[in-house]
Amino acid sequence: MVEKVHVRTTLNGEPTEFLVYPYQSLLETLREVIGLTGTKEGCNDGNCGACTVQVDDRIVDSCLVLGVEVEGKKVTTVEGLATPAGLHPLQQAFLEEASLQCGICTPGFLVASKALLDREPKADEHRIRHWLAGNLCRCTGYDKIIRAVQKVGATSKPARATAAQATAKRRPAGARK
Amino acid sequence: MVATRKPATGRPVNGKHNYKVIGTRPIRHDGLDKVTGRAIYGADIKLPGLAHGAVLRSPHAHAIIKKVDTSRAEKLAGVYAVITGADMPKADNREVDLGEGAANLKWASNNVMADDKVNYRGQPVAAVAAVDQNTALQALGLIKVDYEVLPAVRDVREAMAKGAPVILSGLVGDDLGKKVKNTNMARHFRHEFGNLDEGFKKSKLVVEHEYELATVHQGYIEPHNATAQWTADNRVTVWTSTQGAFAARRQIAGILRLDDSRVKVIPLEIGGGFGGKIPVYGEPVAAVLSRKCARPVKLLMDRKAVFESTGPTPGGTVKVKIGVDAKGKMLAADADIRFESGGYPGSPVGAGAMCVFAAYNIPNTRIDGYDIVTNKPKSAAYRAPGSTHVAFATEGVVDEIAEKLGMDKIDFRMMNSAKEGTRRADGPIFPKIGHEECLAAAKNSPHWKSKLVKNGPNGKKRGRGIASGYWFNIGLKSVVTISVNTDGTAALVEGSTDIGGSRASIAMQAAEVLGIPAEDVRPVVVDTESIGYTDVTGGSRTCYATGYAAYNAAQSVVSILKERAAKLWDIKSNDVDFKDGVFFNKSDAELKLTFKQLAKKLDETGGPVSATGSVDLSAAGGGYGIHIADVEVDPETGKTDVLRYTAIQDVGRAIHPSYVEGQIQGGAVQGIGWALNEEYFMDQQGRMSNSSFLDYRMPTTLDLPMIETIVLEVPNPIHPFGVRGVGETPIAPPVATIANALYDAVGVRFRQAPMKPGRVMEALAGKK
Amino acid sequence: MARVFVPYNMRKLAGGKTEVNVPGKTLRELIENLEARFPGMKELIVEDDRLKPGLAAIVGEQPTRQGLMTKLEPETEVHFLPAISGG
Repeated sequence: MVEKVHVRTTLNGEPTEFLVYPYQSLLETLREVIGLTGTKEGCNDGNCGACTVQVDDRIVDSCLVLGVEVEGKKVTTVEGLATPAGLHPLQQAFLEEASLQCGICTPGFLVASKALLDREPKADEHRIRHWLAGNLCRCTGYDKIIRAVQKVGATSKPARATAAQATAKRRPAGARK
Repeated sequence: MVATRKPATGRPVNGKHNYKVIGTRPIRHDGLDKVTGRAIYGADIKLPGLAHGAVLRSPHAHAIIKKVDTSRAEKLAGVYAVITGADMPKADNREVDLGEGAANLKWASNNVMADDKVNYRGQPVAAVAAVDQNTALQALGLIKVDYEVLPAVRDVREAMAKGAPVILSGLVGDDLGKKVKNTNMARHFRHEFGNLDEGFKKSKLVVEHEYELATVHQGYIEPHNATAQWTADNRVTVWTSTQGAFAARRQIAGILRLDDSRVKVIPLEIGGGFGGKIPVYGEPVAAVLSRKCARPVKLLMDRKAVFESTGPTPGGTVKVKIGVDAKGKMLAADADIRFESGGYPGSPVGAGAMCVFAAYNIPNTRIDGYDIVTNKPKSAAYRAPGSTHVAFATEGVVDEIAEKLGMDKIDFRMMNSAKEGTRRADGPIFPKIGHEECLAAAKNSPHWKSKLVKNGPNGKKRGRGIASGYWFNIGLKSVVTISVNTDGTAALVEGSTDIGGSRASIAMQAAEVLGIPAEDVRPVVVDTESIGYTDVTGGSRTCYATGYAAYNAAQSVVSILKERAAKLWDIKSNDVDFKDGVFFNKSDAELKLTFKQLAKKLDETGGPVSATGSVDLSAAGGGYGIHIADVEVDPETGKTDVLRYTAIQDVGRAIHPSYVEGQIQGGAVQGIGWALNEEYFMDQQGRMSNSSFLDYRMPTTLDLPMIETIVLEVPNPIHPFGVRGVGETPIAPPVATIANALYDAVGVRFRQAPMKPGRVMEALAGKK
Repeated sequence: MARVFVPYNMRKLAGGKTEVNVPGKTLRELIENLEARFPGMKELIVEDDRLKPGLAAIVGEQPTRQGLMTKLEPETEVHFLPAISGG
C-alpha cells in the first residue's frame, strides 16, 4: 500500500501543509486534496494550459507536476492573484475587455499572463501570442485576451509594482526556505 | 453602424438609438467569480459521501459484445458498484422531442451504455463507482469483455458502398419515403422546386464540384462531467455542465424511464459546449451507479474520451452544381449532401440542406440530403450545424463562377442575393434578412478596400478570399422571473445556462425596460425545479428568446409598479406613465418617483412585486455573415498563415457589443481551425489516431491575427429590441473563405478540408 | 384555402403535385383535409395527435409554435420541413 507524503509549501502566500499520494498530480492535489478548484482540468496531458499555475518563477501545467514536487516551493494559483485591496490589473482588464466567454480557460490565461508581464511589462502582441501559445481557448478566438494583456502592459509603470504589491511580492519570497 | 429599417415596436430603432443600457458594455455579472477561480463548474462539485466513477470504453470501432465479466472488479476493495448495459433501464424505441432536435431513446441509451453491440471506439460498455478515482480506474482494468470484432465503416463512401457492413441491424432507412432495410442510410430526403433540367439547359455557364470535409470536434476546453444522486424515493438529482438543464432532464428521464419531474438537473457553470453539451453522456450512467450503491456518484470524462465518444460534427461530402446565364444570374442549382451521423442516426443534414443555397435567389433548385450511419461517435450539434459544410461547397462554386465570368466577387453575390420575399430552396419565403447589407458593408470595409501585396517574404504567396454564410437562429421556449428588491434593484431568475455572457445580455434587456443600470439587475441561473421550462443555450436563441422573456417579465413588473404608484397618489393606474426609469402622474408633472424611490414603498402599497415572462418563439429570422481573409502560403512547407481576417455580420441588435464581437471572433476562429488543421484522423480499424489536444490541432494564439468585426444592426422586426441570433452564423463562412483565399494565393481550388500543409504541398506539386 | 407545399416524399401521394390548395381554419383541419384527399399523408406528419418529433410546420414565413392548433389565414403558405436545431 502506497503511503501519503507530508508536503510543506507556500500556497498563494500562505504556508500550507498537506498529505498526498506520490502519484497525485499537483492539479489533483490543488483541486481534490486542498480544495482550490479555480485551477481547471482541460486535458490532463499538458496540452491545453487550463491548469497553469506558477511554481517559484516558472509557470507549469499543474497536471504534469506531482503534488510532492512543490515541497519547499512557492505556488501561485488563480486564487492568489487578487489581494484584499482588489483584483489584479489583469483580472480587471479581462472583465473590462470581455476576455472570457465560458471562463474555463481564464484561470490558466491569467496566471500565464501575469508571469509574462512580471518579466516583460511591455511585451508586444507577438510576444504575448508566443508566450500564451500553450493556453487553449475555444470561445474567444484570443483577440480580446491579447488586448487585455496588452492593455495592462501598456498602463504598467516602468518601476512596475506599487508599494502594496511590492510588499505582497516580498512576503512569500521571505517565507521560502 | 448601418441600419435604418422599419422600427420593431413603433419606436425609432437604428444605429443611433436612445437606449440607455442596450449597446453599452457593462462588466458581466458572473465575471468576478470567473476571474478569481470561485465559479463552480461541473467538475468542482463536492457532496457528502461522494463516490468516484469511471467508464470502461470499447477499444473497437465496431464489435459485438459477447460477454462482460465484472466479477473481479466487484471484489476489489473500495468498489461500490459496477454496471453494464444490462443494468440500464430498457428504454423505449421511440423518438422524443428534446425541444431542440428529436432523439430516439433506445439509441440514446445505447449511446451512453452499450448493450449487445458497440458502434464506435470509445462507446461505454461498463462503469464503476468506488471510494476514489484511482480505485475506480483500477477496477476498470479488472473487467473482462469478450468482443467479436467487425470491420469498421469509416466514412459516408464506405457506408454507402455495396456490401458494406450494416451497423444497425434494426435500422429502417427512409429513401424518399420508401422504407429500406439492411442499410446504413438512415434517411434520404429531397427538396425540389422549379424545373432543374430547364434551368441548366438555359445556363450559359455551369460549374459543378464535390467537396469533402473531415470529421471535427467542438473542442470545448471543459470535458463532460456528471454527478448524480438517486434517492430512495426514486428521485434523481444531477449536477452537470449542460447547455440545457431541461433538455438534459428530458433525456435522462427518458433513458431512466422516469417521469421528467422525478429528475432534477442542477446546471453548474459550463466550460464551452458549441452544441456538444446538448446530449447527455455520463448523467444517466452516474444515476444508475448511484442507485446501485446508494451514494452520489461523480463521473469525469477525460480528453481522449471526449474526442472518441462525444461531439463531433460530421464529416461528409457535398456536391454542388450551379448554372448562370450570360449576365451572371443564377438559373439553377443542384446539391447532394451526405453527412455521417456516427454510430446512430441523426446528423444535421436537414439543416445543411436548408442552408446550402440560402444566400441566393435561384428559381430552379434540387437538394438531396443523406443521413448515413458510420462507426464514429454519434454526431452532435456544432455551431450552425451543417452550414459550414455546405458553405464550403456553394461558396467555392460561386467564387469560381464569378471568376470565370470576370465579375467582381461581391457584385456577383449581390446580383444573386436572397432578400425579403425570396423563396428559399427548401420552400419558405424569407422575411427581412440582411445578406445584401452584409455584402455592401464588406465592399465598403477597410479590409476589402486595402491593397494586398501578392508576394510575401521568402517566396511566400498571398491571397484574399471572401465567402458568405447563413444560419437560422431558432426561437423556442424560455421563462424569466423578475423580483423587485426594496433597495431599487431587481433579481432575475432564468433557466438559460450562461456559456458566454448571456446573464449580462439578458439582465441588460430587463434593465433597459426597468430604467435601471445593468448592474442593478442580478441574474441567476437556476435548476429545473426553480424556473419554468427553458430550452437549451444553443441555436443562437438565448439572447433572443430568453431576452424576450426578460423583456416581458420586466414589462409586467412595470405595470404592477404603475398600480403601486397610482395607489400612492390615489389616482387610476392609467394615469401613471413610466419613462426613463421614472413613474409620473400624467396630469400632475410634480408627482413623480424613480424606480428606486417607488421600490422603497413596496411594503406600504401591497408587498413584494415579482413577475414572470414566458415565451415560445418562432425562429429569429436568418442571420448572414460575410468573411474576408488574407492568407500567406509557404510553398516550402505548405503551411498557411492567416494574415488578416474580417467578419461582417448582421446581428439585428447588439445588446452587449463586446460579447457580440466575441461570439463572431470565436466562431470565425473555430472555422479557421476547421479549414486549416482540424480533423479526426482514423486508422484502418476506425480508431482515432489523434485524440489529444497535441495532435488534434486547434488554433492557438500564435496561429492567428486579431479578428476584425463589423457588426451590422438590421433590427429584427419580431423582437422588441431587434435582436437576432449571433453565435452560430460566424462559423459558416470561414472554411470557404480560406479556400477562396488559398486559390487567390496559389491558383489551386481546394475541395477537401482541412487544407493542411501536406495537402497544400501535394496540390502545389500537382500543379507543376 | 391554404397553399400547401408538398414535401418531396409525399408528392407521390399527391399525384406528383408540388403544391395543393387545401381548406382548413387550423393546421389540424388542414391535415385532416389533406388526408381525405391524399390518404396516407397524415401518418407522415402527425403522431400521437401532434406534429411528429423532428418535423416543423412553417405557416407563412415562420415555423409555428402552436402545432396543430395553429390558426391559418386564408391564402397562407404551409410547409413541412425538418425542425432546425442548433449548437
